[in-house]
Amino acid sequence: MRDTTAQADLLRGIWRENPVLIQMLGLCPALAVTNTVANSLAMGLATFFVLVGSSLLVSSLRRLIPHEVRISTYIMIIATFVTVADMGLEAVAPDVHKALGAFVALIVVNCMILSRQEAFASKRPIGRSLLDAAGTGVGFLVALVMMGGVREVLGSGSFLGYRLFGDAFEPWVIMILPPGGFLTLGFLLLTLSWVRSRRAPESGVREWPHGVASRRAA
Amino acid sequence: MSGDAHPHGTSPVPPGAAPPGPPRDITPPRLLVTLGGAGVLAGLLIVVAYQSTQPAIQAHKAEVLRAAIHEVLKAPDRYDTLYVYDGALRRRLPDGVGPQGLETVYHGYRGTTPAGFAMAAGQPGFQDIVRLIFGYDPATRTILGMKVLESKETPGLGDKIERDTAFVRQFDGVAPPLSGVKRRGGSRAAGEIDMITGATISSRTVIGIINATLERLGPALERYDREAPR
Amino acid sequence: MGNLIWILVSAMVVNNFTLALFLGLCPFMGVSARVSTALRMGAANIFVMTLTSVCAWGLNTFVLPYAPYLRLISFIVVIASLVQVVEMVIKKVSPTLFRQLGIFLPLITTNCAILGLAIFQTNRGYDFLEGLFFALGAGLGLTLALVLMASIRENTELADIPSLARGMALVLIIAGSLSLAFMGFAGLLSAT
Repeated sequence: MRDTTAQADLLRGIWRENPVLIQMLGLCPALAVTNTVANSLAMGLATFFVLVGSSLLVSSLRRLIPHEVRISTYIMIIATFVTVADMGLEAVAPDVHKALGAFVALIVVNCMILSRQEAFASKRPIGRSLLDAAGTGVGFLVALVMMGGVREVLGSGSFLGYRLFGDAFEPWVIMILPPGGFLTLGFLLLTLSWVRSRRAPESGVREWPHGVASRRAA
Repeated sequence: MSGDAHPHGTSPVPPGAAPPGPPRDITPPRLLVTLGGAGVLAGLLIVVAYQSTQPAIQAHKAEVLRAAIHEVLKAPDRYDTLYVYDGALRRRLPDGVGPQGLETVYHGYRGTTPAGFAMAAGQPGFQDIVRLIFGYDPATRTILGMKVLESKETPGLGDKIERDTAFVRQFDGVAPPLSGVKRRGGSRAAGEIDMITGATISSRTVIGIINATLERLGPALERYDREAPR
Repeated sequence: MGNLIWILVSAMVVNNFTLALFLGLCPFMGVSARVSTALRMGAANIFVMTLTSVCAWGLNTFVLPYAPYLRLISFIVVIASLVQVVEMVIKKVSPTLFRQLGIFLPLITTNCAILGLAIFQTNRGYDFLEGLFFALGAGLGLTLALVLMASIRENTELADIPSLARGMALVLIIAGSLSLAFMGFAGLLSAT
């Protein structure tokens, strides 16, 4: 077993292997609900809850789940937590639930959660799985809030609902519309890529797992 | 539902890093027991969550409806829920007929005096379906008010059908059938609504919804109003 | 009938599942820069979507009114089983097609577009025919977006793009431009 420290397990998912920005998982919610920071926070917290809950359960039951049906079991566990989160959100914060729409239910097909169970929680003890899940969940939240911040400030001139600029500011409405989501994430990745290239100018090799456009895949 | 349906195999832990654990036999009974057990656990969790959240959810929905009716009927004291069944409005449905799938109309009262009908309807707008609720008084044949419930119209342009209070206030006391005009201010003939500049289609959608609903339900509303207990 | 046409056109271009509703992005980003593969992926999606729409309608009408809290789980189970069945059928009927589709079929299970379709259809209360047209429009729209993206990427392989931008950043910016272009369809077939 590769010996990763508890701290590494926690911190890994936050930045270095951030699920949205590095691993490119969970893009659907990252683009769809980030038109305001409040929605980003709510989605990030809901996903955090589902991720930690399902990792806890999967890790506790890891020796009982037969290998053949493990994916089905993980999905069932995740779907349960998502249903609970959906109903809880609707009861506690109905306006936020309405704004997030169907995307709370779509957390269940967020590839990030399934991949955490498959890669980590099914093989590690509960404590480590919780740390890993928490780190990934925080990373997801961070990425979403970054996107939401840019889109809300530019597209509505506000942050968390507080107006930032005076009346003379003409909001860049496209930012809160679908194209803005794609472009924001694209330029965010571009910026990260540039920062990395500045840090390691000698390595011309990109570290992205999702490779280069010139790959002639099948 | 089997197979390694792993969509993005980029896991940071190298494959095969963890030991496989104690050998497991794959007998069907064991599979069934595990899946069944997990299913029961999941079901329990969901049912508990459902029971504990339903009261709050229903209360909120009722409150939203009450607030909307309050706004478009200009503060009634109470309201009855009527169902459109067989071309007429009914307060009580015949035996064996459930309210599912039936259109609802809300009849407001101020004391014992009827205060108009509120009905919700939707139609495709510029981007997606626009849903609104509006109040109508068959006695005076005027619209009492309009409130947009759901819209995905363009922010800053089409969504003015919700945010532009001047536009919304035009619907108070206007006589149908409505027609949209592009005149800015000045005198308006009966039934004319000034459309929002740059949001003509969204405005027309609102007008169209109200006209279509009244055309469809108008006779039933008037009949109920005539026969309603005072 | 006009309503059905609006549902189809709206799901296909006005509120395109990928470019406006942000569903089905995993295959969209990950599908290779080959138009032929994109077409096949799209066709598989259309097929699964239409079947899912029918099953979702069946569940909503007959089963779920008694247990609304089981909606999500039942949808997931149905979708996963459907994909499994489709995979087996394709394997039997056309092994070449099966080999060409390869990894894509199981991926459809976690494709948010399929589950999203079922949920949207439920929220809007579509009946059988409306749901079918909705699924058809959504599938065609998804295929359209996939094919457009694949053909643009095929062309960018030979273009002189700075290495910083290659990869996901480029794909996202292309997607943004496509999404912007599709915004032009808004207002199509709306009330006039």
